[in-house]
Amino acid sequence: MSELFYDAAPNATRIAPARAPERAYPGKPEDVSLFGTCVVDLFFPEAGLDAIRLLEQQGIRVHFPQQQSCCGQPAWTSGYRDEARAVALAQLNLLDDGRPVVVPSGSCAGMFRHHYRELFADEPDNLRRAEALAARTFELTEFLLKVCQVKLVDRGQPYKIALHTSCTARREMNTHLHARELLAQLDNVQRVDHDHESECCGFGGTFSVRMPDISGAMVLDKTAALRGSGAAEAISADAGCLMNINGALEKQQHGFRGRHLASFLWERCGGAE
Amino acid sequence: MNQRIPVTELTSDFKSRAHDALADPQLRANFRTAMDSLMRKRADAFSDEAEREGLRELGNLIRARSLSNLPDLLEQLEARLTANGIKVHWAETTAQANEIVHGIIEARNGRQVVKGKSMVSEEMEMNDYLADRDIECLESDMGEYIVQLDHEKPSHIIMPAIHKNARQVSQLFNEKLGEPVSEDVDELIQTGRRILRRKFLEADVGVSGVNFAIAETGTLLLVENEGNGRMSTTAPPVHIAVTGIEKVVSNLRDVVPLLSLLTRSALGQPITTYVNMISGPRKPDELDGPEEVHLVLLDNGRTGAFADAQLRQTLNCIRCGACMNHCPVYTRVGGHTYGEVYPGPIGKIVTPHMVGLDRVPDHPSASSLCGACGEVCPVKIPIPELLQRLRQENVQSPQHEPKAVKGAGSKYSRKERMIWRSWQWLNTQPALYRLFLWGATRFRGLAPKRVGPWTENHSAPVPARRSLHDLARDHLSTNAVGDPRT
Repeated sequence: MSELFYDAAPNATRIAPARAPERAYPGKPEDVSLFGTCVVDLFFPEAGLDAIRLLEQQGIRVHFPQQQSCCGQPAWTSGYRDEARAVALAQLNLLDDGRPVVVPSGSCAGMFRHHYRELFADEPDNLRRAEALAARTFELTEFLLKVCQVKLVDRGQPYKIALHTSCTARREMNTHLHARELLAQLDNVQRVDHDHESECCGFGGTFSVRMPDISGAMVLDKTAALRGSGAAEAISADAGCLMNINGALEKQQHGFRGRHLASFLWERCGGAE
Repeated sequence: MNQRIPVTELTSDFKSRAHDALADPQLRANFRTAMDSLMRKRADAFSDEAEREGLRELGNLIRARSLSNLPDLLEQLEARLTANGIKVHWAETTAQANEIVHGIIEARNGRQVVKGKSMVSEEMEMNDYLADRDIECLESDMGEYIVQLDHEKPSHIIMPAIHKNARQVSQLFNEKLGEPVSEDVDELIQTGRRILRRKFLEADVGVSGVNFAIAETGTLLLVENEGNGRMSTTAPPVHIAVTGIEKVVSNLRDVVPLLSLLTRSALGQPITTYVNMISGPRKPDELDGPEEVHLVLLDNGRTGAFADAQLRQTLNCIRCGACMNHCPVYTRVGGHTYGEVYPGPIGKIVTPHMVGLDRVPDHPSASSLCGACGEVCPVKIPIPELLQRLRQENVQSPQHEPKAVKGAGSKYSRKERMIWRSWQWLNTQPALYRLFLWGATRFRGLAPKRVGPWTENHSAPVPARRSLHDLARDHLSTNAVGDPRT
């Protein structure tokens, strides 16, 4: 009877990849490239500029390759693999100069770190380059905290914020505690918890337009939790979540808003030497 | 209850069911309360992170080893069970499985069946099949009993009636059984128990599921908390167990970590109240137990998943339900919205193999890929990765062969493909991309006020005055800060 099952290849069974060891970080480099991400480019450019300033404050020369566009994630998560691959290849070619790449977004950094491997799995030469890019890609908070080992000097007034951590930072990049640690360095900033803090804000790229009812219910809960936290402002290191959260707050006609962590840090600590 | 339970024919699609569920505040509150409690219980049960992660890795390895050996293990299982006196039946389809079960009952002239909880019997829609043949099937798991009484389907694989609160159950008991209204949960359970006790003694046949089928010893292991599983498998003269072919493991040593993962992930329990290990019918010198024991092994699309190395990982599943408990989508829309036997994240990746992607075209898209499901899965099924894979399969041309999943291509759209091609073009031509940025920022005042479904929940996005490309170029070229060493 079990001849039913002999057609398949029993030896192809996959096991889960071993837990990644804690990432080993290099010393502070002289030069980095900033990959701004398409959402920051068009909707939160000041966050990208503030990221550049924060890096420069650490004595790093920042390059912004003008040929950059999108990491390819929207097509990848929508199932359009070929289109995602073509866009990914353009970024892979562009960022091939060996410089560390800093990304002010967990999900785009996660695309470089984890999913380019899947996109180029069958192309040995590109796969090798994708692995190399993954090894020198850092999310901004990770880079500031672990590579630059920043010591932030808070120059602002006492202030309460809520922190929204993106799901990719939390579950893919393992950088979910980094933003917390950076904020904890600010003497006058108090981070307050909000309800269901680890829950997704409902963005999910094209999910937000494919399933607007469900996504809308999620962002409604998230914005209510953030507003109810007692914070004056929400901070996030991911512009995708911010576009979702701020767009919903504006629609709900609430004054409360979210801001990118880079802009917040620069406002609090800018100009310090 | 001796009449056929009307099956609700689903005429609506996933999105409209989700829409209705989201608008039901009672349903939303019931799920949120229940899922919050289940998440807390799981977290408490796995308080040591290193131990938890080590155990999950072990669980994954055991499941992978079992699957890599699946054909041989199934043969060994059949041989050992047969030697123990348990009759083994193989069914490729649910129709065959129902025929087998019906045949066994008919041979004993059975008219009354009492059931322990079994999701595979839900796949088979066994209750309806038997009701059509004048055989009464009574669910004995309290949650299953409640949904059966209300002519519903389970909304959760572990807690079938989790969509109802105590008040709703009380109203149901009052309406259907004439019981006095009471919101005391213990009292409600006693009511159910009183009715079910009698049925265990009257039943001709007991039906149950299986949590683990152990090949080396020919043992069927069944966990439960109400004692109904033990009653269903020991009181009636015939016991029929139904299960999927993926539930087989090598030996009892393999079961120990899997059992711990299962009970802690599902309800935060160190162990269930009952762990039944069934290794054969009543022996001549024994006083109790069934005279006949049968096992029906069901394929129902599982070999299709098995044939693909990536999708095979769906067969790791030990049916704990943790993925749905932690899913922000499931928590909001509830189990019935999925319209199939297995809801939630695991349902989205196993159902297509059973019924075809064309019957559940929206399932792979109904996820923000937040990763909460994969994070808690006790056997480390990469659920978000598999959802992404199903999305790929589902936007291919329906003419594309061979298909990795039956019914693939059900979301194929020439128009959407063209949109992504244009997106690709824009993002691979730097000059064009910058021209787009220039236009979007320059003419930001002309940005549309309504942007499809986005503006149902958000205000229309307005591009910044200047793009980061512009700001960065100016900053880095004119500002000496661009090179801190000068």
